[in-house]
Amino acid sequence: MQVLQIALSGIAQGCIYGLIALGFVLIYKATETVNFAQGELMMVGAFIGLSGATVLGLPFWVSIAATMLAMFLFGMVLERSLLRPLLGQPAFTVAMVTIGFAYLARGLVTMIPAWGTETHTLPVPYKDELLRFGTPDATGQQLVVSMEHIAIIVATAGLCAILYLFFRFTRLGIAMQAASQNQLAAFYMGIPVRRLNALVWGISAGMAACAGILLAPITFIHANMGFIGMKAFPAAVVGGFGSIPGAIAGGLVIGLVESFSGFYLPEGFKDVAAYVVVLLMLAIKPNGLFGDKLRKRV
Amino acid sequence: MRFIFKTDYDQDIRLIKHRGAAFWYAVLGILLLAAPALLSEYFLSQLVFILIYSIVGLGLMLLAGFTGQVSIGHAAFLAVGAYTEAYLQSKGWPFAASLAAAAILSAATGVLVGLPALRTKGMYLAIATLAFGFIIEEVVVRAEGITGGNSGKQVGRIEVAGVLIDSEARFYYLTLILTVGVTLLVLNLMRSPTGRAFVAVRDSEISAQSMGIHLARYKTIAFALSAAIAGIGGAIYAHKLRFLSPEQFTFLQSIELLMMVVIGGLGFVHGAFFGAAFWVVTQQLIVLAKDYLPESIAQQSGLQPTVFGVILIAFVLFEPMGLYGRWLKVRTYLELFPFYRRGMFKRQKSYMKSERLK
Repeated sequence: MQVLQIALSGIAQGCIYGLIALGFVLIYKATETVNFAQGELMMVGAFIGLSGATVLGLPFWVSIAATMLAMFLFGMVLERSLLRPLLGQPAFTVAMVTIGFAYLARGLVTMIPAWGTETHTLPVPYKDELLRFGTPDATGQQLVVSMEHIAIIVATAGLCAILYLFFRFTRLGIAMQAASQNQLAAFYMGIPVRRLNALVWGISAGMAACAGILLAPITFIHANMGFIGMKAFPAAVVGGFGSIPGAIAGGLVIGLVESFSGFYLPEGFKDVAAYVVVLLMLAIKPNGLFGDKLRKRV
Repeated sequence: MRFIFKTDYDQDIRLIKHRGAAFWYAVLGILLLAAPALLSEYFLSQLVFILIYSIVGLGLMLLAGFTGQVSIGHAAFLAVGAYTEAYLQSKGWPFAASLAAAAILSAATGVLVGLPALRTKGMYLAIATLAFGFIIEEVVVRAEGITGGNSGKQVGRIEVAGVLIDSEARFYYLTLILTVGVTLLVLNLMRSPTGRAFVAVRDSEISAQSMGIHLARYKTIAFALSAAIAGIGGAIYAHKLRFLSPEQFTFLQSIELLMMVVIGGLGFVHGAFFGAAFWVVTQQLIVLAKDYLPESIAQQSGLQPTVFGVILIAFVLFEPMGLYGRWLKVRTYLELFPFYRRGMFKRQKSYMKSERLK
């Protein structure tokens, strides 16, 4: 029973990593840049959600939708203003801009009056609700799942389904796939690659915002919550950078490993478990679980 | 306008290219030697920080600027150097021995980080360094017997050859000697076959490989040397701060180091110095500016990250060659005075070459 309990909380945490990793992967697939600011996008999203729910007093679900929309636009603006001028530059240059933006966002958020350096709680309708499964066994243990975890798992599954349908069946999604496979060829076929890149950034930012709001009831909202993005990197690498199902799978692996090592291993291992896993993965199978083989045509 | 008339191949690799450079470096040397007499204790201390950051920056420059391998966990090497020095010194080792040990141990960790380099490259390697940085950070917190954990560790004063380094001026001279030593090391390295191999790896891994350069070996050497230099920087940093705690070696510190070399000018030895100087001076300016800013902004801890974030983005967008690159442009403009063309330093744009070709 206990194992199941730990596994569930690991899966919930893993879904968050997976969602953030999904953001990396979408951007990486489309533009071959590694976005170091994904965690910060999540943080900004969570703060916007907070303001929507508290300052504007919107109902929770409206506020989520509004936040995702706002972050979608924000992501597009970000791409247009910072990334597009760097089109065609080495990957490191672009990564540096995202690092700069992450650094800037962390600083800027503390200067906004209602946000600041304090930690905030996001009022969610399902707060502190628990679901109990099964009857207590001989030792009195019972599977207890909090609604926050269920919300995360359900929302992640839902988002993945939407993304799958989007990439599989819509013209836009197929165009994006084409552009990510070969930009030049896609451009010749009349696909507006640059506009699509902006759209990908928008989608990524929207997903990050969703992850931020889902995470908010568990970890609170504060300026440094974006550091969780640094744990989504291992998730993306384990899944194979550039594979969408891989991102979620990698997130789950990292979440589970973390949650089990937090329980069975001495203190301190929980925080580094993700990084140990990623180092092992890079040493053993650098392409990840679902990654493509990297080869370069000369 | 200056024409250097070359009559000898050695002129191409000479450290000082012409008389003008010799003159200006001599002036710089005299000013640096006279600094303790010219500057107050406080500014001297800031100058020491510039030198220390320059050492660490040189280490990172070797890796990121010359070998093209980005490290976003460089603070880990700094930590290894700093804590090795602090621990060995408390055990009564002489400074020279503990400094060497700090460098060697850092280099060993560097090799360890470089191991994934055998199979990975580019951003994957960067992520490996990131992961490693986080692990070292946690190790520093947990290994309380050696590092003092979260409560921190006091570091004693240095004694070199019977002279106790107890004044700011003496410490400054010690740092200056180390900086000059490390700079000469890097300059000479970059003239050697190993250094040329680094640059070849940076410019194109495939062409380097086809010329017989063993990629993994050279990447590992680069990691080891870079880590060793960062370790030396860390050792002297420990003595400068006199108190070590894990918060000084976080992920943010790694990012700041990276920002420093990018702002200074990636791929130039001068860049490390420009970046370090810019960083320290700007920090001081921000502190000064706080008096003139409205209370609500000045009191925020986020002021400094915001300013540096904007500066970094501005540099990457408008001056990717960094401060040193800007200086090169100004100098070229003046040297060629009426004949400077706008496009001389233009960045070459290329169609994104995918690494995912199957």
